[in-house]
Amino acid sequence: MVRSARQRLLAFLAQLALAALIACALAWLGQNVLDNMRERGIRAGFDFLVEPAGFDIGEGPLAFEASQPLWRAFLAGTLNTLRVGLPAMLLASALGLLIGLGRLAQHPVPRRICDALVETLRNIPLLLQLLMCYFALASLLPDASHALAPAPGVLLSQSGLFLPAWRCEDSCGWSWPRVDGFGIDGGWALTPEYMAVLIALSLYTAVFIAEIVRGGIQSVSRGQIDAARSIGLRPAQVLRHVVLPLALRAIVPPLGNQYLNLIKNSSLAVAVGYPDLVSVANTSLNQTGRAFECIVIVMAVYLSLSLLTALLVNTFNARVALRGSP
Amino acid sequence: MISRSLHTLLLLGGLLGASLTAPVAHAGKTLDTIKQRGTLQCGVSTGVAGFSLADSQGRWAGFDVDFCRAIAAAVLGDPNKVHFVPLNSQQRFAAIQSGEVDILARNTTWTLNRDGALGLSFTGVTYYDGQGFLVPKKLKVTSAKQLRNAEVCVQSGTTNEKNLAEYFRGIGVKVRPVVFEGFEASFKAFFSGRCQAYTTDISGLAGVRNKEAPNPDDYTILPEVISKEPLGPAVRRGDDEWFAIVRWVPFALIEAEELGITAANVDKIRAENKDPAFTRLLGSGEDTGKNLGLDKDWAYRAIKSVGNYGEIFARNVGPESVLKLPRGLNNLWNKGGILFAPPVR
Ligand SMILES: N[C@@H](CCC(=O)N[C@@H](CS)C(=O)NCC(=O)O)C(=O)O
Repeated sequence: MVRSARQRLLAFLAQLALAALIACALAWLGQNVLDNMRERGIRAGFDFLVEPAGFDIGEGPLAFEASQPLWRAFLAGTLNTLRVGLPAMLLASALGLLIGLGRLAQHPVPRRICDALVETLRNIPLLLQLLMCYFALASLLPDASHALAPAPGVLLSQSGLFLPAWRCEDSCGWSWPRVDGFGIDGGWALTPEYMAVLIALSLYTAVFIAEIVRGGIQSVSRGQIDAARSIGLRPAQVLRHVVLPLALRAIVPPLGNQYLNLIKNSSLAVAVGYPDLVSVANTSLNQTGRAFECIVIVMAVYLSLSLLTALLVNTFNARVALRGSP
Repeated sequence: MISRSLHTLLLLGGLLGASLTAPVAHAGKTLDTIKQRGTLQCGVSTGVAGFSLADSQGRWAGFDVDFCRAIAAAVLGDPNKVHFVPLNSQQRFAAIQSGEVDILARNTTWTLNRDGALGLSFTGVTYYDGQGFLVPKKLKVTSAKQLRNAEVCVQSGTTNEKNLAEYFRGIGVKVRPVVFEGFEASFKAFFSGRCQAYTTDISGLAGVRNKEAPNPDDYTILPEVISKEPLGPAVRRGDDEWFAIVRWVPFALIEAEELGITAANVDKIRAENKDPAFTRLLGSGEDTGKNLGLDKDWAYRAIKSVGNYGEIFARNVGPESVLKLPRGLNNLWNKGGILFAPPVR
């Protein structure tokens, strides 16, 4: 369909007008809320972000303590969200692939196990799984002064899993975890909160991915497989060179949805005390009273993360989609 | 939990929606709304023993609950015309701002920032408290200063979370906060051994220890009191008449204790005692209610339904309760405490 330059200009202007209208409406709503809040004696505005936070954040790649400004707390929270979200995506994908293949296995034992896994995990609310996982970890592990040492330099206790870490402070060197006072100091710590969120989120997402994988594989027509077999490929080769590439077309778009869900579900972390973005925002919200502003920040961050994920998935999808197919 | 965050979001949505139409509260508006509605909306905690806890029939009891009942009795003539709204530390301020509750009676500390920036006003102090630490006895800790590298469970959005950071930075001891949004998750994690200490107001610690611990005798409260936590009710800002009612009902209950008036003897005293101090308070003489937009008997009904301050204290948090807290600062000014109600006249 070829459109004249005039038509294109008109369409463009119409879009511009619509965007402007929406922006105005949002600005008006926002202004209205802020005005009303001021009138009710609620302080409003984003200036609070430069004030010292007053609370500590227990863990994360970005060290944070009470005297630092609030914007940094939000940054630390966002990094904590990613710190659990990204590894969970990888884990969920790997597990999902395994379970999905398992459900298609010829042999009944792996098939039944995978069936059972999928049916249980996807029918129990994630929040419950998360709490169960957390309290299981917290009550099964020994306390810090009786920490298990499964390998040299590795300590496992209710305070978490501690691994040796390469640290550069004054000089570089290995930092070994050791029991000190009532806890474990040094090394690299994965807290029970982190592990619980990671495990629960990965398992829960994995079973949905498994279903997508299964569906994708089943969508590959028998004819293709028979053809591959008839030219002498072994079953593993058939899977790798024929079935998976074809199945990927059906798998990638819904997989992207699962990644989006995973990012959003990670906000449940606050239930078990993992300091993710939502947890930090809730605390800031309560300490400063800037509820509206804090929620706007959280929404903006989640929206950006989701859009970014969607963009990556779409780019990848454009690559794997068969040329010439709709 | 997501549903809780959602709750906050909904409240804010309400603020946004309301802001488009409703004007700001005018003096007297809250009282009219409550009378029209026929119930008082009272924001309480989701379940802190001694302060506000619902039993298996959903009937609320506790120190904060009784103040709401007293206000309902004064305003609506019936201590049972209260609808209790359970709120965790996070949700409480949004609930009062958005108008979901008329009064927040939820072991909430009065601070300058909350009074100044949140669109609410504290009406006074009903319980003078301070923050402390609960630890398992088996750790053999006798002072908070020994908690080096300990993990401390705390609920988010509380003054406690900030005091914790400040206190340990001040004494140069490193601890790690483990911050929970929900109250229940926070103390469950502590009792499962996840944290070596639990921190909140001492009144809250007494409830956690005596009501929630698998075995209370395994836990002890450390001697350090690291902050001032004056707990009291708050109302939405901008309605002076309602503010005055919520401020004066507790004063009347304190005055009743000073005069020795109890739920049991109030009728007898009202009938027999002609001393103006008594007749003023009990509505059998000078009318004090008109100053508050209420009738003569407002304080009489409050005392009759929940008893005086001392009775409320003893029943919910004092010797007759599981908390067994001493009166301490919360005794009358002439009995060694700092409770001092301005004259009800
Ligand atoms: N007084 C402090 C702490 C009050 C507070 O929220 N305490 C917790 C621990 S006892 C609580 O009441 N939680 C009950 C809930 O969230 O329902 C404040 O105002 O920030």
